[in-house]
Amino acid sequence: METRKFTCLGCPVGCSLTVYIENGEVEKVEGNQCNIGIDFAKQEVKDPRRKVATTVKIKNGVHPLLPVYTDAPFPKNLIFKLMDELRKIEVDAPVKMDDIILENALGTGVNIRASRSIRKNE
Amino acid sequence: MKERYDVVVIGAGPGGLAAAISAKKEGAESVLIIDRDKEPGGILNQCIHNGFGVEIFKEDLPGPAYAERFINEAESVGVEFLLDSMVLDITPSKKVYVTSKWFGFKEIEATSIILAMGARERTRAQIRIPGFRPVGVYTAGTAQRFVNIEGFMPGKRFVILGSGDIGMIMARRLTLEGAKVERVLEIMPHLTGLTRNYVQCLQDFNIPLQLSHTVNRILGKNRVEAIESVQVDEHFNPIKGTEEIIPADTLLLSVGLIPENELSKKVGVKIDPLIQGPFVDEEMQTSVPGIFAAGNVVHIFDLVDWVTDAGITAGKGAARYVKVVKEKGDFVKLVPGNNIHHIVPQYIKRDALINGPVKLMMRVVKPIEEKVWVEVSDGQNLITRKLERYVRPAEMVTLTIPQKAYDDVRKTKELIVSVERFGG
Repeated sequence: METRKFTCLGCPVGCSLTVYIENGEVEKVEGNQCNIGIDFAKQEVKDPRRKVATTVKIKNGVHPLLPVYTDAPFPKNLIFKLMDELRKIEVDAPVKMDDIILENALGTGVNIRASRSIRKNE
Repeated sequence: MKERYDVVVIGAGPGGLAAAISAKKEGAESVLIIDRDKEPGGILNQCIHNGFGVEIFKEDLPGPAYAERFINEAESVGVEFLLDSMVLDITPSKKVYVTSKWFGFKEIEATSIILAMGARERTRAQIRIPGFRPVGVYTAGTAQRFVNIEGFMPGKRFVILGSGDIGMIMARRLTLEGAKVERVLEIMPHLTGLTRNYVQCLQDFNIPLQLSHTVNRILGKNRVEAIESVQVDEHFNPIKGTEEIIPADTLLLSVGLIPENELSKKVGVKIDPLIQGPFVDEEMQTSVPGIFAAGNVVHIFDLVDWVTDAGITAGKGAARYVKVVKEKGDFVKLVPGNNIHHIVPQYIKRDALINGPVKLMMRVVKPIEEKVWVEVSDGQNLITRKLERYVRPAEMVTLTIPQKAYDDVRKTKELIVSVERFGG
């Protein structure tokens, strides 16, 4: 049986996980303080994902940038591709918090949403 | 905007917002938040990464979203905002002097003040890196503002000093934006930020971390050209022969935060030298009655959720203080005693003596043509007295309560002034 060590990224506690893997499947997780740790370990073994936070350009806003975030963890190996995609986007102010900026990013089912509202620059 | 408020909060970051909301909810009628930035939210507006709110909302939010929830709540409960305005000074009697290009100068009166000025970053000067001062040396938070709000990159090849959370988060952020982060150096033999940030910010992007290493020298006269790193021993002394030249055009410093307490010190709030923040009680009340403190201005918190909690506590305390002042009157009454007709003022604020001595003016009932004492007591103990050669109803008598009587006055409900026989 293979064992791997992870730090759980599910919350700020950051439990040290020991994960036992048999034929690519997680058999057992140790070190977790809650169920988030088990889910994280399973995901990390088969398809590591991360939340991504970045910015896109915004026109006529009180700031030149709009902060955005993935509304679910995003495949780790596609993060730089996502960055390239988001560099092409420019939205118009006003924007409301949680507005969808890019739907179903790169076909992953994950949406990119506004982290805050930005008023129009009057 | 009004001229007086029950509670004035200085700083619209997470501590100040939580304090203002909680003060309003706990019964303070008018609450004003003053901030020098153009919009509320404080440093959260540039902390675009997620990880906020897991304790308070059971959700994993980006910084600006966490702030916006509190800004919306503050607005909906009727907290007022005064933005783009700088508080210059506050007084123990709760006057707030504030300036802005919009109105010039203003004096606002408060019953209670909540200090929520947060913290600022330690800079190159505070860690004494010698050498030239080329362009390209920034604190991590300054770079964060450039990249996340203003929209420009401060460099292309970075070395980051300090493995605190802001430093590691900036290493990831700069990498995502196409920069190369050559190295994170940490003088301590251990990581100083959260392990999760080491994993998701450095490991995920193959950014090397070197423990027990620091910046020995900055190379480049006009612009940073390289950073010379060096290993340190257990006493933090550089180990000769371990120097390494790392080509880079920018050095970011993530070397700690200092609570921002200039206003607190000026108003006489006692500062704990251990944490560089005010001494507070369980309500977050400082050593000056009616002045409370919330958030990183007290000490540096790990999580914004805990800053919010501390803010709620301070807001409750301030609201309770306002209630006490309003209901019972936080005043000491001046009571005419033996042979005193009346005294002006009739009341003094309980902490009036913090600002200096208080002068009393009075008239007597009947003339006494011999030496007498004019005495101030709390009913039991003499607080101060003055010798007069005679007293006459037509001639006003004055007496000054000295500042050293502060503690005696704070303890009593009333002060009795009376004329007593000399030698009596």
